[in-house]
Amino acid sequence: MNEPVRSILRDCLRARLDEAQKRWLDEQLAAMTASPSDKSLHVALGMAPRRLGKAPLAPDAEALARLAGQVPGWSLAGWSVADAARVLLLASLPAEGFAERFRDLCQTADVAESIALYRGLPVYPNSDALERQVGEGLRGNVQAVFEAIAHGNPYARQHFDAHRWTHMVLKALFVGSRLSPIVGLDERANDELARIMIDFSHERRAAGRPVPWEIWRCVGPFARGSMIDDLARALDDGDCFRQAAALGLAASPDPAAAAVLDRVPELRDAIARGELNWEALSARCA
Amino acid sequence: MMFIDPHAHMVSRTTDDYEAMAAAGVVAVIEPAFWLGQPRTNVGSYLDYLSTLVGFERFRAGQFGIRHYCTIGLNSKEANNEALAEGVMELIPRFALKEGVVAIGEIGYDEQTALEDKYFRLQLDLAKELDLPVMIHTPHRDKKRGTSRSMDVCIEHGLDPAKVVIDHNNEETVRECLDRGFWAAFSIYPSTKMGNERMVEILRQYGARQIIVDSACDWGISEPLGVAKTARLALQRGIPEEQVRLACYQNALDAYGQSGQMKEADWLNPVDIDQRALYEGNSILRGGREPRVEKLANRRSMDDLIIK
Ligand SMILES: [Zn+2]
Repeated sequence: MNEPVRSILRDCLRARLDEAQKRWLDEQLAAMTASPSDKSLHVALGMAPRRLGKAPLAPDAEALARLAGQVPGWSLAGWSVADAARVLLLASLPAEGFAERFRDLCQTADVAESIALYRGLPVYPNSDALERQVGEGLRGNVQAVFEAIAHGNPYARQHFDAHRWTHMVLKALFVGSRLSPIVGLDERANDELARIMIDFSHERRAAGRPVPWEIWRCVGPFARGSMIDDLARALDDGDCFRQAAALGLAASPDPAAAAVLDRVPELRDAIARGELNWEALSARCA
Repeated sequence: MMFIDPHAHMVSRTTDDYEAMAAAGVVAVIEPAFWLGQPRTNVGSYLDYLSTLVGFERFRAGQFGIRHYCTIGLNSKEANNEALAEGVMELIPRFALKEGVVAIGEIGYDEQTALEDKYFRLQLDLAKELDLPVMIHTPHRDKKRGTSRSMDVCIEHGLDPAKVVIDHNNEETVRECLDRGFWAAFSIYPSTKMGNERMVEILRQYGARQIIVDSACDWGISEPLGVAKTARLALQRGIPEEQVRLACYQNALDAYGQSGQMKEADWLNPVDIDQRALYEGNSILRGGREPRVEKLANRRSMDDLIIK
């Protein structure tokens, strides 16, 4: 089932490798499909960066287009050659026993390995069975590992229940990660998450700390009643903060939101003209 | 001046120590796998410890602009628990190829028992097989004999002395280390191992060609600024700057750089993507965090009352 994806990854990799490296990779891939011993798996994963290097993978546009057709939302931005090789090795393993192996590998992974292990989630066999280990991955403290799961990775959108989803988005706020790279951020927004974010904004204001502007993206479509007051208040914050609050107001189903938005006609009009939207704001306020 | 502390048990240290080390010029640390001050009772706690060394601690150091490397090994004290030792020996090949592992270590003798000898030898063979340098912990008791014996066994197993660091040297052991072509490391550890005034005299007497200074800071009363303070004292007392640079920076890099896992570019110019994700260079600040304020002298003062 993941054969087309593996072939895209292999093409991206081969474009970055010399002949000896290609040969090494092909040998390892052949060994993976033949149900390797634990030791040969560990050695292959450990040797990947030493043999192939860690240069940026930088796939070309054609490969990215093919990939988008296979695994929508999956981003290879920031991937190294070693990441792609590790993911491809794992994706080539037999389905039987994969979940146990994945768990075992995660438990002894170094940071770079952890990042690769989780980035590859969308293409592993039996990916349903990995959800619990992915939850463990989110509990760690290394931001880059958290982002390997939360950013540019459609696994969470597809597999997480509401609780795990909510806590992943909240944790992104707490560790200083961006929300916009979360695949499915708008589709999976919900009432409960909006309520928790409002509480979070109150805590931050009470502590005299800034309220991250991206929360209004999750709050807006569910903003009613007193939540409109919170959005109105955020209009008094700085540049990115007030523009995000305006976008939140524009998304609110509560008629009171429109009246508040009228207080900032220049932002209201920019939204209406399509000049101010989340993509533009995310790019500018990153 | 840049420094490397090539023997520091950072899991036992606080963020204040990392900040102070970074402010004093330490750009990289090497954390040898060791015991925890009390024996582990099962292999699972060893597995988690080794995972921490290649995982979270590496990340934590990077937050303070310090590069973290480690050595992997079964220490001599715990080699005496045979059931534990057997389990750990199965883990070591699994961890020795992780990113940033610069040696097998710290291994060697404690009481010089038969079991210590057995696992020391097995790990020397593994280091040879994986082409990794070795960091040797020399014993506190019967030190001179234990140090000679450690070197004898390395030679017997066919290791190149240029890939072996003999650590915790003193005035009595240094000559033999140097004469036999090993790296001679000194731990500036208050009261027990070596003080920095004595260290300066050793540099004056022997020069710095194969000499490495470290702090060995751990969970005991120890000094994470041991390398930086020794360097300053040595300069004050007239040791040439080039010799200080060798002993407190370059020799550690040359010895452990033979692993292929540690190079100057790691801290001067981190290029690859994985590395950038794990390292906050001194000029890079994370979103939302205040610039690092150089107020370290006040850090533990009650006069600095406001906590934000
Ligand atoms: Zn030590």
